[in-house]
Amino acid sequence: MAAKKQDPLNLVFLRGIIRDNPVLVLLLGTCPFLATTTSFFNGLGIGLATTFVLLMTNVVISLLRNFIPNKVRIPAYIIVIAGFVSVVELLIRAYVPSLYQSLGIFIPLITVNCIVLGRAEAFASQNTVLRSVLDALGMGLGFTLACVLMGVIREFFGSGMIFGYAVPWLVDNPFLIFIMPTGGFFVYALLIILVIAFQKYLDRRRAEKEAAIIERYLALNSDDPEIVKAALMQESDACTSASCEGCGLVGGCGMEQYRAQMRPRRSRLNLAYHSKLKPAFGQEGDE
Amino acid sequence: MSLLVILFNSIFVQNIVLTQFLGICAFLGVSADTKSARGMGYAVVFVLLISSAITWPIFHFVLLPYKLDFIRTVVFALVIAAVVQMVEIIMKKSIPSLHESLGIYLPLITTNCAILGIAITNVESEYNFIEAIVNAFGTGIGFFIAIVLFSVLRKTMMSAPIPQTFKGLPAALVAAAIMSLAFVGFSGVAENLFI
Repeated sequence: MAAKKQDPLNLVFLRGIIRDNPVLVLLLGTCPFLATTTSFFNGLGIGLATTFVLLMTNVVISLLRNFIPNKVRIPAYIIVIAGFVSVVELLIRAYVPSLYQSLGIFIPLITVNCIVLGRAEAFASQNTVLRSVLDALGMGLGFTLACVLMGVIREFFGSGMIFGYAVPWLVDNPFLIFIMPTGGFFVYALLIILVIAFQKYLDRRRAEKEAAIIERYLALNSDDPEIVKAALMQESDACTSASCEGCGLVGGCGMEQYRAQMRPRRSRLNLAYHSKLKPAFGQEGDE
Repeated sequence: MSLLVILFNSIFVQNIVLTQFLGICAFLGVSADTKSARGMGYAVVFVLLISSAITWPIFHFVLLPYKLDFIRTVVFALVIAAVVQMVEIIMKKSIPSLHESLGIYLPLITTNCAILGIAITNVESEYNFIEAIVNAFGTGIGFFIAIVLFSVLRKTMMSAPIPQTFKGLPAALVAAAIMSLAFVGFSGVAENLFI
């Protein structure tokens, strides 16, 4: 397979927020996401803590990527990650004790969060510092947004509060089930359904646009339609962010069976070939 | 009778997957069929016992006396990774049949939240060594029960008429939600059960 074309810098950052959202699309880091998001503040706390660790470890591992021997890379990554997690743990314990109480053991458990280890293995070890920083910020932001969303929903229905402020009727009659583990699973299920629906919608729109382009090309040229279609469409694989190999446990956690559902196969117009389409369209210009 | 209370607590009341939310990825992922669920369950019990038996002494005899308890995360994570790796190698050489049934799950347990979580819980709750081992064993049993039950659930769900929107991961999550609701019935029972 040819070497992957490098994504442009802004895509490296934006990708982690929606398209490759670590917890809603890549299905990584589900444990802290489900357990700690009982309120907006907790969700924000775990999101920012994980972002900090992700950012620092991506920087360090990217700087050291040519020095760490391949055979000991996983233990080396664990040392780096655990080091920064210890820093975060001590900082939170000192400066935000209420957050330390509510997050509990999930702060040290950032060490084994698949997002951190996965991005280190899949991205930071093979890319420059700048790109690793952007990737970490994007993924961290995506994770934080997902956690905050979950936290707001669960806090609103489960304690009748919004951002810590009581809601008139709901605070006396909260749906307690939403703060319990049951609620966590259930709200996650609903969010997943939304994400799948959104992905399908995006796919449909893209497929329509591409079909239109191909139609116009075929109308102006008499090449064999099948050959042209095959040349124009380049299937992109479901795990473009390589998060499956990212954990260092290929096919390990078993979540990859679900990931295919989250990333329906997308075909993408072969851009190199597409540039040849411009002259074919003549003076009309291209899409 | 506090050991029995700890055991009951860790299996049912504070079930590692359904109440404490640790080990979700393995729980959702490996429960496709009952055989692999059982293998995963055995492997988790095994690794929990060994890792707790090793991390507890390290914490109490090495870290605490030298006031190094703040780096327990680093030490525990490394020790667990190393121990699991060694166990896998030894098992491969000496008991190949055991390696066949549960050895393949060992590498993936290294990053399982449950192992590091229990190691830290043991020292945070200030258990003595016996209590820590009992807690680890109970947690493993709790995980085993949860994952095997869930795999049976999923098998049954495969032939059920699930609406298209819920097919796949959402259905599995809703099933897990209802399972954890069932386990809520155990809360508040532990303290007075073994008087």
